[in-house]
Amino acid sequence: MSAETERSILSRLDRRRPGVRVALGVVRVLVFTVLVVLCVGPLFWLFKAATSTSTETLSAPFSLWPSGVHWGTFAEVWTKVDFARYFVNTLWLMAGSLFFGLLVATTGGYGLAVLKPRYAKAVYAAILATLFIPGVISLVSLYLTVMDVPFLHTNLIGTLWAVWLPASANAVNVLLMQRFFAAIPGDLFEAARIDGAGPFRIFVSLVLPMSRPILGVVSLLTLVGAYKEFLWPLLVLPNPEDQPISVALPRLETSGDFAQFMAALFISVIIPVALFLVFQRQFLRAAGNSGALKG
Amino acid sequence: MLMAFGLFSWWPILRSLPLSVQRTNFLTTEWVGLDNFSRVLQDPLLITASLNTLWFAVLALVIGFPVPILFAVVIAELRRTRGLASVLVYLPVIFPPVVAVLLWKAFFDPSPTGVLNTALGWFGLGPLAWLNDGDLAMPSIVLQATWASFGTATIIYLATLMGVQTELYDAAETDGAGAFRRFWHVTLPQMRGVLLVMLLLQLIGTFQVFTEPYIMTNGGPENHTVTILMLIYRYAFVSGDYGRATALSLLLAAALSALSWIYLRATKRWSTS
Repeated sequence: MSAETERSILSRLDRRRPGVRVALGVVRVLVFTVLVVLCVGPLFWLFKAATSTSTETLSAPFSLWPSGVHWGTFAEVWTKVDFARYFVNTLWLMAGSLFFGLLVATTGGYGLAVLKPRYAKAVYAAILATLFIPGVISLVSLYLTVMDVPFLHTNLIGTLWAVWLPASANAVNVLLMQRFFAAIPGDLFEAARIDGAGPFRIFVSLVLPMSRPILGVVSLLTLVGAYKEFLWPLLVLPNPEDQPISVALPRLETSGDFAQFMAALFISVIIPVALFLVFQRQFLRAAGNSGALKG
Repeated sequence: MLMAFGLFSWWPILRSLPLSVQRTNFLTTEWVGLDNFSRVLQDPLLITASLNTLWFAVLALVIGFPVPILFAVVIAELRRTRGLASVLVYLPVIFPPVVAVLLWKAFFDPSPTGVLNTALGWFGLGPLAWLNDGDLAMPSIVLQATWASFGTATIIYLATLMGVQTELYDAAETDGAGAFRRFWHVTLPQMRGVLLVMLLLQLIGTFQVFTEPYIMTNGGPENHTVTILMLIYRYAFVSGDYGRATALSLLLAAALSALSWIYLRATKRWSTS
């Protein structure tokens, strides 16, 4: 759609009228002022608080660096409060969640959309059903399940497996994959089969390379989800040395110096913000996609 | 795939049912019938937690639901700067929830030199006690929660607005409808499907609120911000009473399912009439 043909509430004729033009200009300035104060303001303030001394921020929260910029606080956080360890834990947690999440979503989607065994319909219905059951129902029983996994009789509490495996059973991701795979033309599979490719070959060298866009969306959703998770890792990783950033931060609030705490918050938010600014198109499309699934 | 769902999705859901009528300490498990449920219903905190959760849901609805609609409609009119506005709107969503909550907790500093109190001071207002004030604590939490989530809804509504049939605008304009009436009679009806779903999802989400009050107030002051999920958390992971916690989970899930069912039926009739 080009800007010439599309219209919204206001028509092109409206937009030529001087009154409308002035009003639109005012609205534009107003909206951006509000957005900058509301959305960029807190981030900027956090940076300022991280690079000022604690007393400066606590006595005059809007003063701009009265004693200069203290970059050293970031280094202190990294070494003194063990932030590097939490950071590495977070990376492991995200990497494992991504691996198992993609493994389950791709194989599941492939099975449901392409292989279609006789019980596929029942499985599909069972996966869909979990979307409609409020998550709260299984919080406690999932915890007990992870403490004593059926058949295996192992206790996963305190290991990253307790985060990776439950996170991999994500119904939205399986359904996104299933929908994408189902849209691949059947002739392609036919041709591959005639060439002698088995189901595994077809999956690895035909389906996966074709699904890059959806793999990107699912990876993004999984990584963001893993980084944001709080309650579950808090429950299953009781040992502070194993915890990711999100679980460790509330403890830093009470234990450390205020400026150091602000610096820890800033480091934790600037990484996803930087990734967002680089991949904004993908992020916003994934957000809009999830809306399409809901609507 | 089947193992992941079997062990960590379907099995826990099914297991909730027997768990709610058992009392277990990992060594022995005894069947206690409906005892867990009656102990949940006799807890005086249950009414407090239910009312608090309802209050949170209502406030989040009144404050949080119209804001993204307004932003989406206005941003859609801005055209050339629409992309930049979307990025700004989505920025708070990028904040990990824990970081956003802790940052706002710092903003809510009740001393006169707190961030929000200083800002209020410019207008000759305040200082307010924010999270330390029983009546103000929940609205403060809603303020933070709305800030953290309005970007998602705005982006979804913006995507919906791109698909609105524009011929109807032309028709409305020919009939002499002004911008507001075009929004009211053309835009809103076409967004209705998405709005109804988002409303239900928001309700289901707000009834399971935990992280925000847990980190900001841990239920205080004087239980003014204890929510139902926090009660479940306390039963299970503070007192080790898993049966009672599961019973309350099932009650909440049943209430949410009933709510969804009634809501979907009501809106179906409404949209066909």
